[in-house]
Amino acid sequence: MGIYHQIIVNIGDLAQKCKPGNFVAIKVGGDNSALVLRRAFAISRVSTSSASGGTMELIVAPHGQGSTWLCNRVEGDLIDIVVPLGTAFGVPTEPVPVLLVGGGYGSAPLFGLAEVLNARGSKVDMILGASTSSNIYAPMEGKRAVNTMRIYTEDGSAGQTGRVTDHLYEQIKDLKVAVVYSCGPMSMLSAITTITKALDVVHQCSVEESMACGIGICMTCVLPVQGEDGSISMLRSCIDGPVMDGSLVSWKQVGKTL
Amino acid sequence: MTAIDFSTTIGNAWFPAPTFTASGCASSGRELAQFFPLREMGGVVTKSVMSRVRPGRPTPRMAETPSGMLNSIGLQGPGIDAFLAQDIPYLVEQKARVIVSIAGETVEEYSTLARKLRSVSGISAVEVNISCPNVENRGLVFACDPDASRRVIDGVRRTLGGELPIIAKLSPDVTDLVAIARGVVDAGADGLALINTVLGMVIDVNTMRPQLGGKTGGLSGPAIRPIAVRAVYQVHAALPKTPILGMGGIANGKDAFEMILAGASGVSIGTASFGNPTAIMSIQSELKQMLIDRGFKSLKDAVGYAHRVEEVSNE
Repeated sequence: MGIYHQIIVNIGDLAQKCKPGNFVAIKVGGDNSALVLRRAFAISRVSTSSASGGTMELIVAPHGQGSTWLCNRVEGDLIDIVVPLGTAFGVPTEPVPVLLVGGGYGSAPLFGLAEVLNARGSKVDMILGASTSSNIYAPMEGKRAVNTMRIYTEDGSAGQTGRVTDHLYEQIKDLKVAVVYSCGPMSMLSAITTITKALDVVHQCSVEESMACGIGICMTCVLPVQGEDGSISMLRSCIDGPVMDGSLVSWKQVGKTL
Repeated sequence: MTAIDFSTTIGNAWFPAPTFTASGCASSGRELAQFFPLREMGGVVTKSVMSRVRPGRPTPRMAETPSGMLNSIGLQGPGIDAFLAQDIPYLVEQKARVIVSIAGETVEEYSTLARKLRSVSGISAVEVNISCPNVENRGLVFACDPDASRRVIDGVRRTLGGELPIIAKLSPDVTDLVAIARGVVDAGADGLALINTVLGMVIDVNTMRPQLGGKTGGLSGPAIRPIAVRAVYQVHAALPKTPILGMGGIANGKDAFEMILAGASGVSIGTASFGNPTAIMSIQSELKQMLIDRGFKSLKDAVGYAHRVEEVSNE
């Protein structure tokens, strides 16, 4: 699909523990590889009832050495995984209107989330964006759980020319959205937060930061986040995230010295 | 199963196995405890703690490199008071053996930290990290200066009294490691932790700037293992009675055995745990089996075995 590979991994009963927003850490490169760190991928969807038992679906673009190795696996190969990791998207107790915003491959976990929200009775609208059409991930079957889907590309090769945030303010108001869910580049998440804060709408975003371990021991994937007492501290996006309350992330301080 | 004495000692501290976390690679311990009971390894070396809360360096803090990685954390931590209130009770409750690692910006800060540790129960030893590469001022890396290293250890020794063993963690980024090791042992260190990460840099060819937020970072992983083995070998040759915790890219039992042969009395595991959360457990069992297979009755018999002089037969 475009530049993306769809990978289905048989994970048995672990599928029951995976929630939308969780991620998986995969050992890449095989034995004796010079790649010593696992690669983290968002789980796009899980199925507990496929013919071969529980499965999870990953959407991977072969950008670097690790993702290319993974995309070159063939059916039946065994891979070494740690799953599920990280926080999950919070699902509203009431069936309220929600808007899902994805940038590039960031849209992948939103389709699994859309199915869960749709099954709970929420009206699910979706906005996807990317630099160009081949970077949009929007599978046909994924659209079933979605009421409307708008697409933006920066070069105008698909959907409207522009960015997902161009008309977001009006769209949130028109659709009477109660919760915005997002996944994509940090600049996009930051821009969405500005709009959701102005409208006082909840924003749950899945963040991305360079990560070595995925289990909370390396302290590399930190983000400045506001605590209950108002102070900012560096939280780990692997265990305190990847799903975070966008309004609490101090976006201006990301990549800065506190 | 063949019996083997797998225990090790550093100063007056006894550990049932020679396997430890490396400081800064186990966070509070709770994270690894999801994967195995902490009491099953030799001991937990905690993340180097400073006097006050420290946010650390900006992101990105990580860059993967061939057979290794650079990190640039900058000693992010809660400060000694919160650490003693929250982390130590947990580790003690888990029946883990604990080596507390401390780091300071001044000689006085190390002594202040040592004073806070003096009355804490459940601690087996103190690691004095004088070699963190991720500080803004490289002049503050005490372990690059023999005199400064000696003064830090001397201050900690005086403050602690004679009870808790002191392990000085040294940097490989020096011209004469043996001279620095000798200095800190003379000043009262009971053991040495060798090696801290090697200072490095990656430049992103797309942005054409250093990839890490802090520009420089510490290189770890198998890429630095030969440097670590050399450092342990040289220091053990000069100071054969001083126990050494060997570390630097140990990823399996064979790597750990190599470090023991070079002269380490124990090994610390860091980067390998990032890629494999149960690495310490597998390294421990593989090392034990390798010792048994080679006929060693105890770990101690294998420490520094690579230094042995063969008897020359006179024919």
